[in-house]
Amino acid sequence: MSGFTNLNSSAGYSQNSTPNGGAAPPYQNGPVQTYPAMYPPAGYYGAPPQQQGYSTIPGHAAPAPNKAPVTNNAHSANYYHNNHQQQQNHLPQHRVAPSPYSAPLSSAPPSQPYAALPSAAPPPTNAHYNQQPFQPHPPYATPGSYYGQQSYHPSSARQHPSLVPVTASGPGAPLYPIVSYPSAPGSSQYGTLSSSQSTSAPVGMPTQMVGAPLHQYSAAPPPSTTAVQPGYGVGPPGQTAPTVVNGQGSAAQNAVHQHYTQSHQASLSYDSYSGVPPGSGGADTDQPPSGTPSTSVHSSPGHHQGVQYGYVANSGASSASATTSGPAAAAAAAAAAAAAAPSSSSSDDDEEEEDEDEEAGGDTSSSTTGSASPVPNSYDSLEGGSYPDSMPPSNDMTNQAAPYGSYGYPSMQSAYQQGPASHTDASPSHDLYGQSGYQQYSQPFPNLSQLSAALGGLSGVPELEVEALRPVNLLQERNLLPPRPLEAPEPNVSSDLKKVNCSPQTFRCTLTSIPQTQALLNKARLPLGLLLHPFRDLQQLPVITSNTIVRCRSCRTYINPFVTFLDQRRWKCNLCYRVNDVPDEFMYNPVTRSYGEPHKRPEVQNATVEFIASSDYMLRPPQPAVYLFLLDVSHNAVEAGYLKYFCESLLENLTKLPGDVRTRVGFLTFDSTIHFYNLQEGLSQPQMLVVSDIDDVFIPSHDSLMVNLKESKELVKDLLTSLPEMFSQTRETHSALGPALQAAYKLMSPTGGRITVFQTQLPTLGVGALQAREDPNQRSSAKGVQHLGPATDFYKKLALDCSGQQIGVDLFLLSSQYADLASLACMSKYSAGSVFYYPSFHYIHNPAQLEKFQKDLERYLTRKIGFEAVMRIRCTKGLSIHTFHGNFFVRSTDLLSLANVNPDSAFAVQMSVEDSLADSSLACFQAALLYTSSRGKRRIRVHTLCLPVVNQLSDVYAGADVQAITCLLANMAIDRSVSSSLSDARDALVNAVVDLVSAYKSNVSNLQQSGLVVPASMRLFPLYILALLKQKALRTGTSTRLDERVFAMCEFKTQPLQQLMRLVHPDLYRLDNMSDQGALHLNDTVVPQPHLLHLSAERLSRDGAFLMDCSNVFYLWIGKCCNEMFIRDVLGCPNYASIPPNMVSDSKRCIYVSPSMSGNDRE
Amino acid sequence: MAFTFAAFCYMLALLLTAALIFFAIWHIIAFDELKTDYKNPIDQCNTLNPLVLPEYLIHFFFCVMFFCAAEWLTLCLNLPLLAYHVWRYVISNFLHPINYETPAGSLEPAFLALGCRYMSRPVMSCPGLYDPTTIMNADILAYCQKEGWCKLAFYLLSFFYYLYGYVFHFRICPSC
Repeated sequence: MSGFTNLNSSAGYSQNSTPNGGAAPPYQNGPVQTYPAMYPPAGYYGAPPQQQGYSTIPGHAAPAPNKAPVTNNAHSANYYHNNHQQQQNHLPQHRVAPSPYSAPLSSAPPSQPYAALPSAAPPPTNAHYNQQPFQPHPPYATPGSYYGQQSYHPSSARQHPSLVPVTASGPGAPLYPIVSYPSAPGSSQYGTLSSSQSTSAPVGMPTQMVGAPLHQYSAAPPPSTTAVQPGYGVGPPGQTAPTVVNGQGSAAQNAVHQHYTQSHQASLSYDSYSGVPPGSGGADTDQPPSGTPSTSVHSSPGHHQGVQYGYVANSGASSASATTSGPAAAAAAAAAAAAAAPSSSSSDDDEEEEDEDEEAGGDTSSSTTGSASPVPNSYDSLEGGSYPDSMPPSNDMTNQAAPYGSYGYPSMQSAYQQGPASHTDASPSHDLYGQSGYQQYSQPFPNLSQLSAALGGLSGVPELEVEALRPVNLLQERNLLPPRPLEAPEPNVSSDLKKVNCSPQTFRCTLTSIPQTQALLNKARLPLGLLLHPFRDLQQLPVITSNTIVRCRSCRTYINPFVTFLDQRRWKCNLCYRVNDVPDEFMYNPVTRSYGEPHKRPEVQNATVEFIASSDYMLRPPQPAVYLFLLDVSHNAVEAGYLKYFCESLLENLTKLPGDVRTRVGFLTFDSTIHFYNLQEGLSQPQMLVVSDIDDVFIPSHDSLMVNLKESKELVKDLLTSLPEMFSQTRETHSALGPALQAAYKLMSPTGGRITVFQTQLPTLGVGALQAREDPNQRSSAKGVQHLGPATDFYKKLALDCSGQQIGVDLFLLSSQYADLASLACMSKYSAGSVFYYPSFHYIHNPAQLEKFQKDLERYLTRKIGFEAVMRIRCTKGLSIHTFHGNFFVRSTDLLSLANVNPDSAFAVQMSVEDSLADSSLACFQAALLYTSSRGKRRIRVHTLCLPVVNQLSDVYAGADVQAITCLLANMAIDRSVSSSLSDARDALVNAVVDLVSAYKSNVSNLQQSGLVVPASMRLFPLYILALLKQKALRTGTSTRLDERVFAMCEFKTQPLQQLMRLVHPDLYRLDNMSDQGALHLNDTVVPQPHLLHLSAERLSRDGAFLMDCSNVFYLWIGKCCNEMFIRDVLGCPNYASIPPNMVSDSKRCIYVSPSMSGNDRE
Repeated sequence: MAFTFAAFCYMLALLLTAALIFFAIWHIIAFDELKTDYKNPIDQCNTLNPLVLPEYLIHFFFCVMFFCAAEWLTLCLNLPLLAYHVWRYVISNFLHPINYETPAGSLEPAFLALGCRYMSRPVMSCPGLYDPTTIMNADILAYCQKEGWCKLAFYLLSFFYYLYGYVFHFRICPSC
């Protein structure tokens, strides 16, 4: 097996090397990034070739071994046995699909999954075991015969699993070529091969062919074993015409692999499922989510291992799902059955952590492909103007695809078909990927259902609109809340477009119908704006490696699903309407292996895609991941006791810090002096260097303070273990934050990276020293709140300098006293960092904050990160950007400079209509985020949103998205209260509501109703605005600390919409009387879906238990007469009286159980 | 007496206004460049900020000269701009315009009253008006551009007015 793989891989790599070498040198200014952040090359140009991941072979190879421990063999061996058992265990459960939340596993270290295997394999696992039976089975041994088995019976298929384990290890050897395919790196090799080398193609070909179906099986849950059958029907490898869905799906993976390494996962999980319908008919209907979990699978490290050990790749998958299922179960347990419901609805945010590896997986696998591009990119080719002559289409892609049948697309498609299904399961993130386009071409079976769905969609639209426009009299209707949390309104576009449109969680517009003119917009009295969460953790993301990234020549828009193809050779940009040529490479369509179907390329089938960018998009070689921790060790900090927990957390997560072999770390502590730590490899212990001259800070030693994490890991660990003790006796009360920040800036400026600042008090020394400005007596004054703005511009200037050097600054403020967050927050605000604030933090006295701190820190350290990023937002001609909200530096009218980008921060954009949009019926927005991944790959993530343009006021109201509007107004109100005054902002908010009501009354509703009439789409607007006015950020009259207020404002600016809305208007559920009606069936658990309750005292009752989900905290409210059984089951206390007064649960989000609250109940 | 103090004032004002015209043109170009992405806002603000106070001082300087020369009409013509400068640089920090928007009557939607106020001078450690972090706000950019054009028009008109005043005084005086 290894022989086979090696053969391929060596071929692939050798191919790689040459183009790479050629591609490496030219780092011209990218078209996108023009920021003058050039560094002296000395920094890491000089690094040994292995470290420049992108340019050399070793660089590529490095990550794989990294991920795949040497013990792979053992693992795989285990794996088989485990499989077997699990298979048996799980067969019965197959129908119960794994929960969609089991998404990519990130938190687990690469090798962990394997360990986890034996324990808990969830359904997806079996699915993948199923595949094995086939491999060892003699008939399948040769690819040809394998495929020839068209008439295979599901029943026979089922028998095999038992055989598998045995045969797998022994006779498996000859089969290995087959096996070797699935691994991501392998696939990338193929990509390489195809692009340049034809000789080795045949070798890879059959391998892949076989591998693909295997994959399919692996993903398919038992019922799909039946489905498998169609897979066999695919017929001879070369055959193009996909008669059977499954076959396509599986084969597709080959093609998919080459282009979108990430989508591979998706297809893996999904196609088998989608394949099911034809094969097993109704059987599959009850296992919708099955696809999702296995999606996550791929992101798992198993991916990489697969290079050498084909099966292992899958084992990773299975184990991934195993581990992922773990949290789900744990969550269910922790939050009780009831609590699970809300968490499920927010699964995306909550379980984000787990998909972190997604990128990593994609990275390694795609890196080979990416670097393979043999044709140096030129601007022309990028723009689609010139066609690289060296690659006639047949040469390039046909080659690879021809052998494999190139079903790439259908597989994706079928994968995406799952979208709707999983959607119902409260994981809406998938639905956008549903693509109608494919089916007509490739999938006979789903066609009908598709059609009917489309018809349904068509007929549904007007109804929706009518419903949205139904006038609601707020004085009469009391029950305004929908039973389930509000969904984003669907834009009123054709069902085809709807399916490919960007997910509302990523990209949302306040008006889903764009008014044609500014006059109409003014008349509607609603703000037009976008809410963006561009770097959100995604469960599936097509990653595209191609030589030319097709963009509009004049406006540089990336090609997207909403462009129009005038004919085979030309496409019309949907933003500027320029007609562009389709480059040759783009003409090739992997679906049919034919030339001339550009409209089926993944770029044109997905509204969210990621490109691997070439060196044209770099100003300098991609920077390594560099982390600097700036720790306050003054007396106050020691008193608060955060240091110990920080060190523990970092020690625990040291290996999970996103990065590659080049990752560098550094530490700096400060009180009234600044302490540097020499961690140079070779030292016996860390060396502390103290700089006491804080007026003129200098760096004591240049090369040994920021060290390679891998090389100096032991020293770093030493330091982290000893750090908490080192300062335990300190008497120093001053804090020289400003000088320390300057030092950090100097230390980081050659590379860029991330500075994490921990601060526990007001900075009192050196530059940037601050005074206490808060008057505690004014905290509850209704008059006006002073000092919401910064006291000095030192932190802002520093942030701008940092931003210029691609340094992001994140602030953890753990303070019991006033620390002038309004000034300090500037350091993060303008360097695209994030702010965390823990008021009255103390490790003993405030366990809740400590808990929160630890959880936040863990997430913070392990979450994905993008470096030296810029984001450009383009929109259809006629629309223009007015203002941005969030943490960033605005570099030009549509370009944000983000030194760091993290998956938890969101942005808002106010738009205005400059010219009439009368000549177009659709308006599009495109956000392109160019960043360097933690593994040193330059990537571009592109989101495109398409919305209809309307000229009727009623249509504008029908498409209004009340949540988005509320969030945008909140952002604007924050701006206003900082630059003017809080009371102004509050007045304006109230006026906005009054304005809307009167505008609607005078313009749209012709009913002469008395009372407050608003369109149904906006019926929650007054409620939300009222809730907004009660927020810490905007409230008056209630005692609010200045820092907490300012922090709430920061949160408003950076939190994604879903979080923000739950913060503004929490979800309230009653827990004690839940029924299974409308419940979700996930995995083998039933998740009830309790109804949302109004946030009103009348909804609370003495005999109930209620859960309030406020986004970052859960409150569980237990009534005095609550059912004892419930109390015992959920809280583990025998009765109400024995509930401890301050119970804080240990779950992802804190749960405060406060029986004391229910004291009110007695009244 | 061939050359009165008033004539001297006009001559000086003439020269200084020419300089101010260059300042105004510089501003307009700078903001236009910002709008069309040619320049980095940090650089642009760094070049513009040092020019703000000199411009205001030059204008203030010849207002004082006209005051000394008892050229009341000319002074009156310049007073609004002087007042604007003082307001723009000093007062707007402390004075928050009251929100007069009434939802029923105004043409503008009420929510526009939200968002950033652009008149006040940001917290800065160096002289100047422009903050690179807010300058790209469409409102502020439009305001600054408009301000630039208005000033250019004003300075151009006053240039010819001073030319006239200079010639007038120069011509009158020899006769007396």
